[in-house]
Amino acid sequence: MHKLLTDSPGEKMLLLGNEAIARGALEAGVSFATCYPGTPSSEIPMNFFNISMESDLYFEYSTNEKVAMEVAAAAAVSGLRTIVTMKHVGLNVAADPLMTLAYVGVKGGMVIINADDPSLFSSQNEQDNRYYSRLSGLPMLEPTSSQEMKDMTLKAFEMSEALELPVIIRTTTRLAHVRGPVELGDLKPIVKKATFEKNPFRFVTVPAVSRKLHVELLDKFDKAAEISNGDAYNEVIGTGKWGIVANGACFNYVKDAVLDLGIGENVSILKLLMSWPQPETLCIDFMKKVDKVLVVEELEPINETELKAFAQENGITIPIKGKGIGAFSRLYEYDPGMVRQSIADFFGVEYKAPEKMDLAATPELPARPPNLCAGCPHRATYYAVKQVFGKQAIFPTDIGCYTLGLLPPISMADFVICMGSSASSGCGFAQATNQKVVSFIGDSTFFHSGITGLVDAVHNNHKFTLVILDNGTTAMTGHQIHPGVNTEPMGIERTRIPIESVVRALGVQDVHVIKPFKLKKAMESIKNAMEYDGLSVIISEEMCPLFAKATKQFKKSKPFRVNHDKCRNHRDCLNFLACPAMYLEGDQVEIDKNTCIGCTVCAQVCPENAIVPVKA
Amino acid sequence: METKRLVFIGVGGQGNLLASRLLGEAALAMNIPVVVSEIHGMAQRGGIVESAVLLGDVSSPIVSSSEADVLIGFEPLETLRALSKCNKDTVVITNTHPLPPFTVAVGQGTYPKVEETLKFIRERAKKVIELDGNAIAEEVGNPLSLNMVMLGALIGSGTTPIGAEEMKKVLSTSTKKAFLESNLKAFDLGMAKAV
Repeated sequence: MHKLLTDSPGEKMLLLGNEAIARGALEAGVSFATCYPGTPSSEIPMNFFNISMESDLYFEYSTNEKVAMEVAAAAAVSGLRTIVTMKHVGLNVAADPLMTLAYVGVKGGMVIINADDPSLFSSQNEQDNRYYSRLSGLPMLEPTSSQEMKDMTLKAFEMSEALELPVIIRTTTRLAHVRGPVELGDLKPIVKKATFEKNPFRFVTVPAVSRKLHVELLDKFDKAAEISNGDAYNEVIGTGKWGIVANGACFNYVKDAVLDLGIGENVSILKLLMSWPQPETLCIDFMKKVDKVLVVEELEPINETELKAFAQENGITIPIKGKGIGAFSRLYEYDPGMVRQSIADFFGVEYKAPEKMDLAATPELPARPPNLCAGCPHRATYYAVKQVFGKQAIFPTDIGCYTLGLLPPISMADFVICMGSSASSGCGFAQATNQKVVSFIGDSTFFHSGITGLVDAVHNNHKFTLVILDNGTTAMTGHQIHPGVNTEPMGIERTRIPIESVVRALGVQDVHVIKPFKLKKAMESIKNAMEYDGLSVIISEEMCPLFAKATKQFKKSKPFRVNHDKCRNHRDCLNFLACPAMYLEGDQVEIDKNTCIGCTVCAQVCPENAIVPVKA
Repeated sequence: METKRLVFIGVGGQGNLLASRLLGEAALAMNIPVVVSEIHGMAQRGGIVESAVLLGDVSSPIVSSSEADVLIGFEPLETLRALSKCNKDTVVITNTHPLPPFTVAVGQGTYPKVEETLKFIRERAKKVIELDGNAIAEEVGNPLSLNMVMLGALIGSGTTPIGAEEMKKVLSTSTKKAFLESNLKAFDLGMAKAV
C-alpha cells in the first residue's frame, strides 16, 4: 500500500512538503487530480499517480498546465474535490483559464498548487507568483512547514467550497523539498462521479455574464478578507514592540532568529498564512501596537508595499522596512543567517555571527556542473547535428535535460526562454536572419507547447530544422509519462500518440526518424534535412537509459574500454563527447566500466578504432 | 534540546539524500524535532547534491554559511568546496575517495591532490574524520553502500543524539532485503572508523 494511504490518524510521519500536500488532499477526499510536472512541484503528482493505481482517485498527467487547469476546472464545477499542481512558470501557461475560472468559480473544492523557486534551483526565472493572487482575485495560502502543507491543503478545500472559488497554495523550494514530521488525520472516502448542473448565466462567460460575475468575484473577495482577518489562519505571536511580518519559508528563519537572539519578549510576529486577501484590519491593529516593522519576504516587496499603503490610509507613521535592510533584496532566497543578521541590525540587537574558517588560501577548484548521463542519447544527437551543421548555425533549445547541451564541449544552446519556445523561436530566427537554424525540443515539451510552434512553421513556410529528442519519457522531472509514451511496459492503459504521425499530419514534408546511436546513418539523414529547401523535422528516437532501467526495458550491453595499443591520444572521445564515464589516468583516457552503458557512440567517434567492448 | 545543524554534500548518484532522510527518520523515531532539506531536479544530473538535517529546537530547514555543526562530505573535492558552511568548531567527516568532475577530464581545471585537500581541512576544522568510504563499500561487496558507510561514521562520531541502535532500526525497515546485510556491515565499518 502507498504510504500516504496509511489509515492511522495520529501517527507521525516524516514527509516531504510535497508528500504532505498530497496527504492533505487525500484527507480532504480529493477525487480528481491533474498536473504538468515541474520542479519543485513534481513529487505531488508523482504520489497521486501511484495512489491512483490503487484507489478511486482520478489522476492524469495533462498535456500542459493550461490543459491541466481546464480539465480540473470542469471536474470542480461539476462538484468534485479537485487539485491541480504546477511550478511557478507553469502558472503562466495556465494563466488564461485561471483568470476567468476565478469569475465562474467552482462547486467542488478546487486547490491550485503553485511552487515558486527563489534562487532558481531548477527554473528559468524566479518570478514571484504571489502576484497571481492579486491578478486573479483568488485567495492564497502560504504554509510554512510540512505539517502546515498538509493542514492548509485540507483547509483550502473547505475554504474553496465555502467561497465557491479556487484557492491557490503557494509553496517554494524550501517548503516543497523539506521533510518534517507530519501528524496524520482521517482519510476521507473518494467520491468518483458528480453531476454537472447547467447554468449558462454562471458558466458561459460571454460579456453580459462576465460583467455580473466580476461583481460576484469582488463580493467573494470581501468574504475571503473576513476569513483572512479572523483567527483561523493569520496570527500575531508575542506582544513586544518590535514588529516582524513574515510568510512562507521566511517565517521559520524569523522564528529561529528570535530564539537565537533571545529577543522573544521584545518581538511581535505577524505570521501571514493566508496572505491574500491581506488581513487589513489585523495588519492595521498590529502596526498600531508596535514601534517599527520589519517585513521578511523573499523576492518582491509585496507585503511591504501593501502594509505601507494600509499605514498611509490610517495615519500610522512608524518605520516599515523590508528590502534594503541588511542583505534583504528582491534577489534569490533568504537564509537563516541573513535573516538573523538583518533582524539584529534593524532592531539594534548585539549579535556575533559564528567565526568563519579562514578559507582565503583555498586553491581554485574545478567546477562540477550537472552533465548529461553516460549513454544519454542527447549527447549522440548533438554530436551528429554538429558534425553536419557545424558550430555556426543558431541552436534554439528548450526546457529539459537536453538544455545541458549548453555546456562544453557540446555548446549547442543559443536561446531558450520557456517551454515550447525552441519551435516558435526557430521560425523567428529563420525569418529574421540568413543563418541556418536547428531547434531542439524534447518529446514531452513538444506535446506541451512545441506543436503550436511547428504549426506556425508549416503554415508560414519557415525554413529551418526542428530536432525532436524523443527519449520516451519526461526525463528531467523524474520520468513521468506524456502523450507520446508507450505505457504498456508500465502496465498503464493510455493511448500513445506517435510523434511522427503528428508531424506528418501537420503537413511537414521532410521528416526523418533517426537512431542517434547509429551515428553514420543518423548523419546522412541530418545532411538530407540540411539540404532540404524548407522545413525539416528530425525525430531522434532512443529511450532515456535511466527510464529504460527503471521500467525494465533496458537492454544490457557490454561496457567499452580504451585499447592503449591502438589509442593515439587524439582525444576526440573526450573533446567532442565528454561522457561522464571517461576520465584521464595520467594523460591517457580511460572508461569507467561501471559507468559506461555500452552506447557505442565513443567507439564510433574514435579515429583509431581504439575503443572496444570489454571482454567478458 | 541543543540544536544540531548537519550538512551532507555529495555528487549525484552517491546517495546522500537517502542518508539524510534516514537520519531524519531515526530522529523522528526518537521524538527529536527534525527538519531535512533536499535539492532535487537539474542539479542531480552529475552535479553537486546538498542536503541538510537540523535537529532540536529549530524550524529553518537550511544551514547558512559558517553555521554547520557537522559537515559530511561524500567526496573530498566537494568537502573542500563546502567548507564555507563550516566554522572553527565544525566537525568534518569526509570520504577520501576522489571522483573528479568531467571538467577535469576535458582540461578545464585541475583536481586538487587529496592529501593536500585533507591537510587544508585538518588545519581549519575542529576535528576531521577521514575514511575511504568507497573502499569500505567495495569491501562489503556493495559499491552503492557508500551512504551507509558515511552514515555509520556520522553516528560513530557522536556528534548527534542519535544512537547506532536507533539508526540501524531505521535501516532495517527501509532497506531492500537483498542489500540489508551489506548495508549494515557498511554502516558498522563506517562507524568503527569514527569512534
